[in-house]
Amino acid sequence: MAIFVIVWGFVGAIALGMEGEGLTAEAWKQLIVSGIAQGSMYGLIALGYSMVYGVLGFINFAHGEVFMVGAIVGYFTADALFTVGLWESNFFIAIFLVIVASMLSSTFAAVLIEKIAYRPLRNAPRLIPLITSIGVSFFIQNAVLLLVGPAVRSYPSAPDWLREQRDILGFQISGTIVAVVVIAAVSMIGLWLFVERSVTGRAMRAVAEDKEIAALMGINVDRVIVMTFAVGGAMAGVAAILWGLLFRGVSYITGFLPGIKAFTAAVLGGIGNIVGAFFGGILLGLFEGIGPNVVLRGLAWQIPTALGITLVIAGGVVVFAGRALHRNGVVVLGAATILLGVAGILGWTVVIPGLSQLKDVVAFTALVLVLIFKPAGLFGEQLGAEDRA
Amino acid sequence: MTEILVTDQLRKGFGGVQALDGVDFHINKGEIVSVIGPNGAGKTSFFNTITGYFRPDSGSILFNGLNIGGHHPHEITELGIARTFQNVRLFPNMTVLENVMVSQHCRTSTGIFGTLLNTRGFRREEAEIEERAKEILSFFGQRLKGYRWDQPAFVLSYANRRRLEIARAMATLPELLLLDEPTAGMNPRETLEMTELINRLRDERGLTIVVIEHEMRFVKEVSDRVVVLDHGVKISEGDYAKVSTDPDVIEAYLGRPAEAGNG
Amino acid sequence: MTTDTMTAPTAPPRSRTDVDWSRVSRHGALAGLTLVFIASIGMVTILNARVLIDPWLTLGYLSLLWVPVFFGFTAASEVTPDGGVAPVKGERDLVAGMVTGALSGLYFTFFIVIIDRFDLTDIFSNLLPRLVELLTFGKSMGATAAIWIVGFAILGLVGGAAQVASPKVRRALSWAVAGVIIVALLEAVITDLSQGLHVEFITDFIYAPNGGLITGSAVILAAAFGAAGFQSSGKTLDQRRQERMSQPKEVLVRKNTIAAVLTILAVIFVPMVVGNLTNELFANVGLFVLMGLGLNIVVGSAGLLDLGYVAFFAVGAYTTAVLTSPLSPYWMPTLELNFLSWEGWLIVAIVLVMAAISGILVGTPVIRLRGDYLAIVTLGFGEIVRILFLSDWLAPYFGGAQGITNIPGASVGPIEISGTNSQAIFYLIAVFVGIAIYVAWRLQTSRTGRAWSALREDEDVAEAMGINTTAIKLTAFVTGAILASFAGMVFAVKVGSVFPASFKLLVSIIILVIVIVGGMGSIPGVIVGAVVLIGVLGGPTQPGLLQEFGQFKLLIYGALLVIMMLKRPEGLWPSMRRQRELHSDEMSQDAWLTGDPGTDLEEEDA
Repeated sequence: MAIFVIVWGFVGAIALGMEGEGLTAEAWKQLIVSGIAQGSMYGLIALGYSMVYGVLGFINFAHGEVFMVGAIVGYFTADALFTVGLWESNFFIAIFLVIVASMLSSTFAAVLIEKIAYRPLRNAPRLIPLITSIGVSFFIQNAVLLLVGPAVRSYPSAPDWLREQRDILGFQISGTIVAVVVIAAVSMIGLWLFVERSVTGRAMRAVAEDKEIAALMGINVDRVIVMTFAVGGAMAGVAAILWGLLFRGVSYITGFLPGIKAFTAAVLGGIGNIVGAFFGGILLGLFEGIGPNVVLRGLAWQIPTALGITLVIAGGVVVFAGRALHRNGVVVLGAATILLGVAGILGWTVVIPGLSQLKDVVAFTALVLVLIFKPAGLFGEQLGAEDRA
Repeated sequence: MTEILVTDQLRKGFGGVQALDGVDFHINKGEIVSVIGPNGAGKTSFFNTITGYFRPDSGSILFNGLNIGGHHPHEITELGIARTFQNVRLFPNMTVLENVMVSQHCRTSTGIFGTLLNTRGFRREEAEIEERAKEILSFFGQRLKGYRWDQPAFVLSYANRRRLEIARAMATLPELLLLDEPTAGMNPRETLEMTELINRLRDERGLTIVVIEHEMRFVKEVSDRVVVLDHGVKISEGDYAKVSTDPDVIEAYLGRPAEAGNG
Repeated sequence: MTTDTMTAPTAPPRSRTDVDWSRVSRHGALAGLTLVFIASIGMVTILNARVLIDPWLTLGYLSLLWVPVFFGFTAASEVTPDGGVAPVKGERDLVAGMVTGALSGLYFTFFIVIIDRFDLTDIFSNLLPRLVELLTFGKSMGATAAIWIVGFAILGLVGGAAQVASPKVRRALSWAVAGVIIVALLEAVITDLSQGLHVEFITDFIYAPNGGLITGSAVILAAAFGAAGFQSSGKTLDQRRQERMSQPKEVLVRKNTIAAVLTILAVIFVPMVVGNLTNELFANVGLFVLMGLGLNIVVGSAGLLDLGYVAFFAVGAYTTAVLTSPLSPYWMPTLELNFLSWEGWLIVAIVLVMAAISGILVGTPVIRLRGDYLAIVTLGFGEIVRILFLSDWLAPYFGGAQGITNIPGASVGPIEISGTNSQAIFYLIAVFVGIAIYVAWRLQTSRTGRAWSALREDEDVAEAMGINTTAIKLTAFVTGAILASFAGMVFAVKVGSVFPASFKLLVSIIILVIVIVGGMGSIPGVIVGAVVLIGVLGGPTQPGLLQEFGQFKLLIYGALLVIMMLKRPEGLWPSMRRQRELHSDEMSQDAWLTGDPGTDLEEEDA
């Protein structure tokens, strides 16, 4: 069903664009650029989810809140620096301080959560730490709400020289976005080097592979796990600042949606796979940006009748083939094609008003689809011995 | 003699490992066949493929003439094949009786409506289920009787757990029973009991039985026929005497004596 | 006095006066932090409105006072690695408790000084002058410091003393305190009840005009509860339940029947006696019990963590709204929800069918997923449903953000049941809850229930035993969906309108908290959970008994979830099986240690 919708939408959008009713090339470019920027932030957050899942085998719901904590602390730091005037006079130092503050608080939060809520449950059946993390997430969200209030806090805007648009490869990109992507990429590379090359990184990979054997090899598993959470938290802290720079508004619920989306990205890239997580993030960001406008708007395109008939016939063939091969997936594909064809013949179109509202639906749908159809991700899972289902 | 189970060139691989590499196997109704082979020979994978955990890559499995390759495990159990596990996997927190009652699931049919409306049919079936469970448990004499019924399974001793596993498998009312290392971890007296048990299963209950085993004395006592697997293929077949003296079999277990100048 | 070191393999023998200072300072700091936190989130200020004992103890202060007692207690205890408590008691516990308390007072005073000196309201919105006023009692800093430090030291001492005192004394004290607090908190319900029974003079006597107990009655109550505590046998809830369970079957059946009859009588007659507000409270609790029972089947019985459960609630509510409201934009004919007419039953049937369909739609793809992924996918579905209901796209059908209003109430023949008549609404809910309990109970001890248990224990083996796991998972899912949809139907009738805002993820999580706190897989557990949580603290949009907790209830729910998972994952009133599942190592160890005839360590002779 979903495939049907997506394909129709995509083709439709292009067709509409050609007919002059859809999005302009400029608009597309903007969507792509912002998609990548948002995606790189998702990627950074996704790292935390991915690493924790790789090592401990459960989804750390509270990671989104870790991100949020960094964002809030970062805000207060930035605000203070702004009041003092440092934000404008020496932006680099200011932003550096803000990053440090954010990273520190996110890391601290992550480590604290691990110590209080997850470590005692190290050997419990897997659902229990999951439920606990839901509780932690809830608690932190509300604690922050109660402590600092519900108002959305706005980061001071980046200095003008950073914000101005630059021409890169034919795309008009604002300097802020460039900064975001660059910082994210640098962090990612730094992390990758750390995990691949350093001793602690090797230890982390060992523990992710098999906790018990790693312990027998003399690795202090507890400390490695703390390290994992810390690193994940630090990355989230960086992402928090980038978010603040780009979107400026943060509040106690800032962590919820990005958290879920980042998790989707982590799964998309293959849970436990660090590089995959980052690229999964970018992919998701792109899809989120392009998706609603493209897919849903494109549903307004009417499939020409001739094409429709062809599709029905082709679809029928595919269905029979699928039945014979005992492959459900093929049957579904065939059914989808038939539907497409029918839609064309009947002259269906779907006009969807209020697309921006459905942005989150697209993201959630992506989440659902990825988890159902490609739970191993695009780049392959990296799970420990005991976590392989 | 009817062939109850036949596999033909059964293959199953995982990544680089070919667990089953063309296994031809047959067993007739009422036979007791042992499957032996060194570790990693593919014996448990064989069971897993037959019972539907793995989908065969190629080859066929015919059970009473029906090709069951690729069916779901519960469908296969419904058709009449039951198994036990190498490392005993009971439902530890359910009582002994419940373990045996729940295994009758595919032989009973009361659905939601019957349950909710407490119909006579439902009550009758529940009583039947309990009766049958007790009857099956009594097969094991005094060991799993009386106060034992209401004990959670995890308090049982190891030997009793193995027996309960078999009872559970019996409760699915199978035609063919696959036992995976039923005597592992047992002392000689218990092993002897198991021999009697398996013979009784065939004689009193009419079951056809395939046994994976390592304990050769047991294999010798219990089997009508022995099949030897190594590296996913059958390398020998016949009665115990023939198989135990087959040089290929000996090599598989112990290796060939080193010959000078040979690679 | 020498010590018994059998249970403390790593703790060296301690004398009566040897205090573990590092532990004390750690606990003192933690206590101080907790105090600061509680004050900073505004609990003290807001809860100050509720007077417990007139005129000197409010809930606000109580929220601070328990801290030194608790931390004094834990600082004084010495828990060995295997969980046993080293039985060295004596002055050191008192000292430890006292110093912990004093330290916490010290930190707290620093905090007060700071917030008095600096205006931090920019960052922390609750550190208002009013708070300072409350915390300093209007006195000078020096006096304040003295009050808190000394006061907390004494409280810490009490905490430490609790370690030393005999179990009987400890029990008497805790019963006294708990009893007084509970009577004070339940003032609203008790007064309501007494008005209904026309015995107001009792409550007029106990409670002060502005709320809270008068000191005299507090003392009397404390003495009474304390005496009761002293007399009681001190068995834990679990032990009592064990004893109850081990009684012969006929006795159990008789007792359970009596309990059931009493409960039914209470449900029928109490609402007639209490006022509207209390009935409203009962109704809210009932709704959540209904949904909790449904989720219990999905999570507790089949082990599927459905975080999108609220979607089924929404389906039921919207279906009812669309069918019965004259204002529903798309569906013009309006049906009347009259339970004595075929129209009414048609509505019920449609709701049921919609629930089943949505259950199947959501359930089928997720069945094959592993636990955590299933949780997230269902969360996704839940949110998708909510956003769709909210969207402009589907507004022609569902009213978008404005929702659907003007839903007429239901009726049973001539009797009107609408939101304004809280008694009637409660009875309606009670009927559905009764149905749900019946369904849940019958399913548990049936073939399906056993299959679910097997599924939870070991899914692969369950498949091997012939259980079609996909089918029974789906069954659980759909049953849960149906129950939630009925709750939605009643909700629509009760509130008279449906808005997408009522169906947030929050609701799913709260239902989950109820199930977990009450006891996964246990029917009485869910009821207890709903009563305790929704009744006392309140639901997502509904106030509970303690309305002041409105802002804090979500925080408490989150904390509760974590605490329960850490300390007692099987819930407050667990099903025996779940408790076995979660503590099986301990239980089998116990059985082995005590030589339970149930275990066979030796084979019986053949």
